Amino acid sequence: MPTITIASSSVEVNDEGFMTVYDEWNEEIGTALAANIGLELTDGHWEVIRFLRDDFASQGETATLRRVSNTGGMPTKSLFKLFPKKPAKKMAYIAGLPKPHGCV
Amino acid sequence: MKRLLVLGAGTAGTMAANRLHKVLKNEWQITVVDLDTEHIYQPGLLFIPFGTLDRKGVIKPRFKQFVKGINTVLGKIDLVKPELKQVLLMDGTVLPYDQLIIATGTTVAPEETTRISGDSDASEVHEFYTLKGAEALAETMKSWRGGKLVVHVTEMPIKCPIAPLEFVFLADAFFKDHGVRDQVELTYVTPLPGAFTKPVAAKYLGDMLDDRSIAVETDFYTEHIDTTGSGSGKLVSFDERVIDFDLLVTVPINMGSKYIERSGLGDELRHVPVDKHTLLANDYDNIFVLGDASNIPTSKAGSVAHFAVEIFVENFLQHIAGKPMTHSFDGHANCFIETGNQKATLLDFNYTTEPLPGTFPASKVGPLSLLTESRMNHLGKLAFRWAYWYLLLPGRNIFLPSAMSMTGKTPADQLDLRLPTTDSGDPDPGDSDPGDSGDSDSSKSDTPDIPIPSF
Ligand SMILES: Cc1cc2nc3c(=O)[nH]c(=O)nc-3n(C[C@H](O)[C@H](O)[C@H](O)COP(=O)(O)OP(=O)(O)OC[C@H]3O[C@@H](n4cnc5c(N)ncnc54)[C@H](O)[C@@H]3O)c2cc1C
Repeated sequence: MPTITIASSSVEVNDEGFMTVYDEWNEEIGTALAANIGLELTDGHWEVIRFLRDDFASQGETATLRRVSNTGGMPTKSLFKLFPKKPAKKMAYIAGLPKPHGCV
Repeated sequence: MKRLLVLGAGTAGTMAANRLHKVLKNEWQITVVDLDTEHIYQPGLLFIPFGTLDRKGVIKPRFKQFVKGINTVLGKIDLVKPELKQVLLMDGTVLPYDQLIIATGTTVAPEETTRISGDSDASEVHEFYTLKGAEALAETMKSWRGGKLVVHVTEMPIKCPIAPLEFVFLADAFFKDHGVRDQVELTYVTPLPGAFTKPVAAKYLGDMLDDRSIAVETDFYTEHIDTTGSGSGKLVSFDERVIDFDLLVTVPINMGSKYIERSGLGDELRHVPVDKHTLLANDYDNIFVLGDASNIPTSKAGSVAHFAVEIFVENFLQHIAGKPMTHSFDGHANCFIETGNQKATLLDFNYTTEPLPGTFPASKVGPLSLLTESRMNHLGKLAFRWAYWYLLLPGRNIFLPSAMSMTGKTPADQLDLRLPTTDSGDPDPGDSDPGDSGDSDSSKSDTPDIPIPSF
C-alpha cells in the first residue's frame, strides 16, 4: 500500500487512492482530498462527511446512499448535487473511508 | 431434546435442515416455518417470460422437500424475540428455540421506488423476480410489437445480480429468432459503473453487450419511474438523466422480510448483519443467518447458499458442543449466465478473488469454461435444475468443493485486457470502476504519485 503526503500528513492509501487507516484522517486532509477531485467543501458537504465518519465508527462500514438518506436524513437528490455523478464513492474518498459495499 | 428452529423453507433453510437432521436426529428436534406451500425454483423464473419454461417446471410442494422427522409449520413470521428465545407467528403461535436459523431470503420491494402513473398508461412496467411477475411478462412478450425495451436494476444488492444481464441476452436472442430484432432498441440500465461489479468480468460482459448492440447506461441511480405520458414511459435518475421506454423490465430493490425490521435485527435493507466467515449474527450466539437473508458481501445466489451451508453445518456441530468454530466461509459463488442460442458463460469467485477466465472445475479439461460462452455451460445450467431438487435440497454431496479454487483460472495480472485501475486485490466488493484510465500501476513505484480514483 502506498504512503502519500497530503495536507502535511503522511497517510496510507490503497491503489485507487482511498485512505485505509481511519484515525489518520483529519478535516484538513478531507479538504485536500476534496480539492483532488475538484470539490470545495461547504457546510452541506461537511454535514454529510461528519455523518459518514461517525457512522463508520459505530457500524464498522461505510454508509450506503440509502443509509445516509434514511438514517442521516440527507435526501439522495441533495447528495447528487453536492457530490455530482458518483456521490457514494466521492463521499467515502473525502471522508477517508473505504468505498461502500456496492455489490457482487 | 434441544430445539432448532429454521425460519424459511426455501433454498438455504431446506438444505440446512436436511443436512443437520442427518447428524442430529437423536438430540435435536428441527422445526421449519414458511408462509406458503409452494417451493419455487427461482433460477427458472428467467425462462418464463420467453415461454421456454412454465409454472409447472419451477414448482414443487415445499414441505415435501424435507426428510422424515423434521417438523414443518405453515405460518407467517411476525417477530423474533431473542431475549426470550421465541419466535411469534402472525396467528399467535409461539415457537421456542435453543438455536435459530434465519433463512427467509430477500425479495422485491417495488413500493420503495416512486412510481408516477396515470389511468391510461401506454408503456408497460414488468418484473420477472416473482412467479406472478414472470408470467405477466410472458403474456406481454407474446404480443409486444417492438420499440424501446429497457432492462433496469434499481439498486444493489439484488439476488442473482447477473439475472437481469441474462434477461437482456435472452431478449436479444428471442427477438432475433422472431425476426424482429431490428424493431427493438435494447438498453441495459444499472447503478453500477459497468456491466458487473468486478473489472475482469465487467470487461468481458461489457464486450458481449457491445457485440449484441445492447446500449448500457451506467451509474444510474433511479429517482422515479414515470408512466403518465401517452407515448413512452420514463426512468429518471437523481442526477436528472431520463431514459424513455415502451416496455420496462425492472428489478426492484430487494429487501429482507419485514419481521426482521420489526425485530430490530436488520440493516436498511432488512438484511441481517453477520460474521461473514461463520454466518453467526452479530450480537447473538444462537442465531445464524443462511442464504440471501444476511448481509455477507458476495452474490445472493443459490450456489452461495449451498457452499455456505456445507461450512455452516461443520461449524454448527462445533458450536453446540461448546467448541470454537474452525471452518471459515470464503464467499464462494458459482453462477451460470445464459447468453442466448443455447449457450452460457460461467463466473466463479469469492470474497477476495474476482471472476476470472479459464476452465472449471479442472485445469484445461474443464469441462466448463469460465467467462467464455459455450454450449457445455448451457447444459450445466440446465442440469442445475435437476441437481437443485434431487441433490442440493435433500442435502446430498455434489462434486464441487465448497471453497473456491484457483485451479484452471488465469490470474488477473496475467490477463491482457487493458483494464482500468484494478480492484483485484481489494476484498471490498464495492463499486469498482471500469473507467478508462489505462494501465496505471502506481503501487509498484518507489515514490508513488498520489493515486486519485477516477470518477
Ligand atoms: C430470477 C432469478 C434467477 C436466479 N438465478 C439463479 C441462478 O442461476 N443461480 C443461483 O445460484 N441462484 C439464482 N437465483 C437466486 C436464488 O434463487 C436465491 O439466492 C436462493 O433461492 C436463496 O435462498 P434462500 O433460502 O436464502 O431464500 P429463498 O429460497 O427465497 O427462501 C426464503 C423463504 O422464506 C420464506 N419467508 C420469507 N418471509 C417469511 C415470513 N415472514 N414468514 C414465513 N416465511 C417467510 C419464503 O416464503 C421463502 O420460502 C435466482 C433468483 C431469481 C429471482
